[in-house]
Amino acid sequence: MSIAVEIHNATKSFADNRVLRGIDLTVRKGTVTVILGPSGSGKSTLLRAINHLEKLDEGYVVVGEELIGVRVQNGRLKELREKEILRQRSRIGFVFQNFNLFPHLTILENVTEAPIALGTPAAEARELGRTLLARVGLTDKEGAYPRQLSGGQQQRVAIARALAFDPELILFDEPTSALDPELVGEVLGVIKSLAGSGRTLIVVTHEIGFAREVGDWVVFLDDGVIVEQGTPDEVIDHPKHQRTQDFLSKVL
Amino acid sequence: MTSTLHTPVAEAVEPRPVAVAPLASLATSRVVPLRRPGQWIATLVVLVLLVNFGQTLFSNPHWEWAKVPEWIFHKSILKGIGLTLQATAIAAVVSFIGGVVVALGRLSRNRFLKTISWGYVWLFRSVPLILILIFLFNLPNLYPSIGIGIPFGPQLAIPTISVDPLALGVIGLSLSEIAYSSEVVRSGILSVDQGQHEAAKALGIPRVRQFMRIVLPQALRSIVPSYVNQVIGLLKASSLLIYVSLLDLFGQVQRLSSTYPTDIIPLLVVATLWYLALTSAISIVQYYVERYYARGARR
Repeated sequence: MSIAVEIHNATKSFADNRVLRGIDLTVRKGTVTVILGPSGSGKSTLLRAINHLEKLDEGYVVVGEELIGVRVQNGRLKELREKEILRQRSRIGFVFQNFNLFPHLTILENVTEAPIALGTPAAEARELGRTLLARVGLTDKEGAYPRQLSGGQQQRVAIARALAFDPELILFDEPTSALDPELVGEVLGVIKSLAGSGRTLIVVTHEIGFAREVGDWVVFLDDGVIVEQGTPDEVIDHPKHQRTQDFLSKVL
Repeated sequence: MTSTLHTPVAEAVEPRPVAVAPLASLATSRVVPLRRPGQWIATLVVLVLLVNFGQTLFSNPHWEWAKVPEWIFHKSILKGIGLTLQATAIAAVVSFIGGVVVALGRLSRNRFLKTISWGYVWLFRSVPLILILIFLFNLPNLYPSIGIGIPFGPQLAIPTISVDPLALGVIGLSLSEIAYSSEVVRSGILSVDQGQHEAAKALGIPRVRQFMRIVLPQALRSIVPSYVNQVIGLLKASSLLIYVSLLDLFGQVQRLSSTYPTDIIPLLVVATLWYLALTSAISIVQYYVERYYARGARR
């Protein structure tokens, strides 16, 4: 099976705090990888490094055979120009914990903003936007503003927005953590529907049930290192490491 | 009394028959709001003062109301208003654009741009506008010609004596105004959630569009009220243009009142009425602009 994402020696510090301590991770194409870990373990930073929202101090990320955010020059890794990085990012979907919808734009405008910005004709973009909104079950809301929707609906719009360029890789940063408990299901349902369509999903979450049900691969991160990884059965149901066991006993 | 009130649930758990017995009959009566006699007294005092003043407007002959209509649409006054509006409008647009540029400089990661923008704000916020204007008026004495070019190389220069006074005035107003408006714009940009920048970046939206379409429209929500304040200040500050030999509304009033010393009061009334009218017009525009930028803000 081919490789969707390769992370090599991802290392990152914020001031004196070493958030990522040389992480290696390979994600196979078309799978759902769930990243678990206590808060402060570096899981969000790792996810954000994949589309270069976070710059690594050392190490590199390859998505679909393309180096992300850097290029090789004279035997060193050099940061790409902003324009190049933006082009790369447009091909990787990213869904935020706090949705980060644009509050002054309508739902449809939120979805069409990036395609129009990158040259899709407006009429075509609107067509695409409506299709995507229908996909997340929000056909009748296109003229509404984000704040008029529930949290679950907002996150579904954010997912539709992330799908605008038909990305092969979608990153989810705790997509249900800001939601009321009764709204979690609808968002997880949409994420589930994206799995198994040939897309690669990487999901940082605390939803163990979701990880077990939808995840093909589970990675447990603590203190900036991967403690263990494997199938949900291996990591969630039969964890080998004490740290994994401690974490799971707290969240389950 | 209130401490003995409690909910029926609490009652069920811990009955207090002594307090409940007389209260029960009051359960359906309306609560009498607290009286505030101080507010009534204050209102009365202010009203009396207002009526007193209002009365003098009619009883005091020195107001000379009859002369106000003669002056209000006088050619010179209208000419003055024209200049006030022209100078204010141009300076308002230039200062807004300049303010955005300086604000972006201050928010830049580049240390040089940061320092130079900070220095600009520091300099022009410190120096009074009147001083800037007089400086500009005397520019020909300082620099007979100004231009840009490669240092020690060829220059593109224009003689300063030929600069139009309106241009000079607008430059003066804008130089000072940009220093203030840049701070207004900067605070607006800072008020936009960091997540908005991140979402725009993650979607691959080009940098300029990120600012123009995502950040600035949201920033404008908090920029508009403060900036309108600035523009109203500008409207009145344009009377200082007299120092570059330009007569705005107030300049004309001053000139006319030295020619017609007996009409000073009605002329001042005319100026007041016009300033009230102009500021009101700006406030109306503000209402609609604010409403536009508040879209999506409410549920």
